[in-house]
Amino acid sequence: MADKKDKREELMDIDISDPGHAYENRQEIYYNDNVGGRAVFVDSKEQYDPDEPYNDQVYIPEKDRDKAPILEVKGLGIDFGGLTAVDNFNLTLGRTEIGGLIGPNGAGKTTIFNMLTKVYEPTRGEIFFDGKSTKGMNTVDINKAGMARTFQNIRLFDKLTVEENIKVALHHTTNYGLIDGMLHTPKYRHEEFRIRKEAMKYLKIFGMTKTADYRAGSLPYGAQRRLEIMRALATKPKLLLLDEPAAGMNPSETTELMDTIREIRDRFQIGIFLIEHDMSLVMGICEGIVVLNYGRVIAKGWPEDIQSNPKVIEAYLGKSRGKMEEEEKKEDIEDALKKGKLESAPSGKPDRKEGE
Amino acid sequence: MAERILKNIRIGGLKNAVKGNDYRKEATISYCILIGGYILLQILTAAGLVGHNLQGQFVPICVYISLAVSLNLVVGISGELSLGHAGFMAVGAFSGILMSRILLQSMSFEPAILIISMLFGALMASVAGFIIGIPILGLRGDYLAIVTLAFGEIIRNFMNVLYFGFVDGKLRFAFNHTIEGIEDTDRIITGAIGATGTKTMASFTWGLLLCLFTVFIVLNLKNSKQGRAIMSIRDNRIAGESIGLDVRKYKLMAFVVSAALAGMAGCLFGLNYSTLVPVKFNFNTSVLVLVFVVLGGVGNIWGGIIAATLLTILPETFRQFADYRMLTYAIVLILVMIGTYNPAIKSRMNALFAKFKPKKKKDDGKVKKKKSGKEEA
Repeated sequence: MADKKDKREELMDIDISDPGHAYENRQEIYYNDNVGGRAVFVDSKEQYDPDEPYNDQVYIPEKDRDKAPILEVKGLGIDFGGLTAVDNFNLTLGRTEIGGLIGPNGAGKTTIFNMLTKVYEPTRGEIFFDGKSTKGMNTVDINKAGMARTFQNIRLFDKLTVEENIKVALHHTTNYGLIDGMLHTPKYRHEEFRIRKEAMKYLKIFGMTKTADYRAGSLPYGAQRRLEIMRALATKPKLLLLDEPAAGMNPSETTELMDTIREIRDRFQIGIFLIEHDMSLVMGICEGIVVLNYGRVIAKGWPEDIQSNPKVIEAYLGKSRGKMEEEEKKEDIEDALKKGKLESAPSGKPDRKEGE
Repeated sequence: MAERILKNIRIGGLKNAVKGNDYRKEATISYCILIGGYILLQILTAAGLVGHNLQGQFVPICVYISLAVSLNLVVGISGELSLGHAGFMAVGAFSGILMSRILLQSMSFEPAILIISMLFGALMASVAGFIIGIPILGLRGDYLAIVTLAFGEIIRNFMNVLYFGFVDGKLRFAFNHTIEGIEDTDRIITGAIGATGTKTMASFTWGLLLCLFTVFIVLNLKNSKQGRAIMSIRDNRIAGESIGLDVRKYKLMAFVVSAALAGMAGCLFGLNYSTLVPVKFNFNTSVLVLVFVVLGGVGNIWGGIIAATLLTILPETFRQFADYRMLTYAIVLILVMIGTYNPAIKSRMNALFAKFKPKKKKDDGKVKKKKSGKEEA
C-alpha cells in the first residue's frame, strides 16, 4: 500500500517548470535502439551549409538563419485525375519558426498538409524534411522521422480516455513486447508507470490533469482540440503541423491558443506550420506566411507585407469595383473579337486561364 | 496558462463527459462471474440438481465462453467483423487431437498431454490465422466478413478430405481414404467421419482454467501498449497512422491472438468427445459465437461470458423446442439491434432502469434541487 501511495504522489508532483524537457529527453530517446526504428537525432545546432546560404527570397526569421531548415519543399504539385489541385509549391521553414499557410476555401491548403504527411503521394516536386528527402516514405515513416499533425475535423480516439490518447502517442517510446503486454510482467509495470508519468506531464503542461480519466470523445470542443495538439506533441516531433487549430473557437479561446502555440514552440524548440482562417491568430503569431489561391502560391513574406499585398486582398475580398469594370470591358472586347468585329485585341494583362 | 485553461474547461464543463473504461473493475467482474459460476454449478451437481444432459454441457459452455471472449478481441476491440471463428476452432481441435494421440504413445500423464495438445492447437490456429490474415486485413467491414466466412468454410472442407493414421507406428497422412496398410483402429482422422477413438481428457475444471486463461490474456492485452494501438486504430485509422501506428500489424496481431485462443478452446472441445465430425465447425457455429458476443455487448468481456452460458444452458433446458433454436437466435439478435439503436425504445429502457437504481443518488439530486430552488427564491 505504501508503495502505491508513493507512486500516486510521484504522479501528482511532476515538475514541469524545467523548459524544453521533452526536447532534452529526445536525444537519448532517439539513440535508443529499441524504439521501433525512430530516426537518429540530428543536432539542430548544425550549421547551415555555407555554400548554399539563405537568400533574401527565403522568409526565415533571423534567429533560425544559422541553422539548417527543418522543412524544404521544392516545386510540389499534385493532380487528381486531370485536375491540378496544387502546383509549384515552394517553402523553406526555419528550425524554430512558426509559419502560416493561408488562403480562401478550396485553395489546397489541407492538400499540402496531406502531401507533407504522405496521405497523398505528390505527383511532382520534392520534400526535404530535416535535410532528408521523404521520397518513398509513408505516413507512419513520416511520423517516425519527426513530423506530427493535427486535423481540420478533430480526429481523436473517442472511446479511449484522455490519458490513453497520449499513451498511444507514446507508443514507440514504450519499451515492451507482446508477451509482456499479455502477461503484465514487471517490465510492463515499470514501463507503464513511466509512460503514465510522461502522459501526466503533458496533461499538466496543458492544464488538463482533471480530464485524464474521461473519454476523449465526450470532452468539450476546446479541450478536444488541445488534446489533439498534445497527442501530436507526445510523438516528440521536430515539426508540428496544425490544421485550423482555432476553428470553432471564440475570440478569448483563440487568444489562449496563441499563447499555447507560442509556449509550445519556446518549450519544445520545434518548428510549427499552421493553416488558419483566423487572421488575428495568423498575423499575431506567424513569423513567415505563405498565401495560396487555386493551388498556387500568390504571396510569400512577413505578416506586414501580406496584409498590404493587393493580390492577397483580391483573393480574399474579390476585385475592387474599378478593376471589375475594366475586366468587363475586356470581356466585351473578347466577345467582339470572337464575333470578328474587331481586328486586334488591346494589349494588357491576360485573363486567368480557364479551368483553374 | 495552465490555470486559465483549467478555468475554461470548468466553464465548458465536464458535465457531459463520460468516464473511460475501468480495467480493474472489468477484470474483477469477469473473474468473479467465472469462479462464482464454477462453484455454484459444482455445488448444484453435488446436490444432484443438475440433469445428466446439462452436466455434459459444462465443457462446451467453457469452450463457448473462451470463443466468445476471443472473438471479442476481433469484433469488439479491433472493430472488424469476423465470421470464420469456427474455422480456427476446427484447426485447434484436430491438430490438438492429433498431438494428443501422438503423445499418448509415449506418455501417460494426462494433464501434461492436455496442456501440450492445447498449446499445439493454439500454435496451429495462430499459423492459420496469420496465413489468412496477411492477404485479407487490407479489407474492411463487410468485405472482411465475407472473406473470413469463406475461409472458415475452406478450413472445414479441407478437414473433410484430410486423413491421418498410424502405419507401423509411424504417422502418415493423405488427401484420400487410401492409406496403405492402415488398420481401422489406428485411424486418427478419417475425412468427413472426423476424429475417432480420441481419449477424452477434458473436464469442467480444465474448462474453467481455459476460460480464466482466455479472459486473463484478452483483458491484459486490452490494457497494454498493443491493445491501445489496436483500439485507437479502430477509433480512427487515419489518426492512428499519423502518430506512427502500423495499421496492418496491429490488425493482424488482434486477429492472430484471437485465432490462437480459439484454437486452444477448440482443442479442449475436441478432447471432450471420443468422436468429432468436421461438420460441427460449420458456419452456424461461427454465427453462434458471434451471437454470444453481440448479445453480451460488443467489447464487453463479462457480458459475453453470461451470454455464452445462458445461450448454451437454455437450449438444453428447452430441448423440446430445439427446432426453433436458430429462429430464436435470429429474433433475439434483431430485437437487440432494434433495442440498442432505436432512440425511443432506448429512452424507455433507460427510464425503466432508472427506477431500479440505488436510492441514495436520487436523494442527493433532490436535496440539491431543493437547495438551489431556495437560493433562487
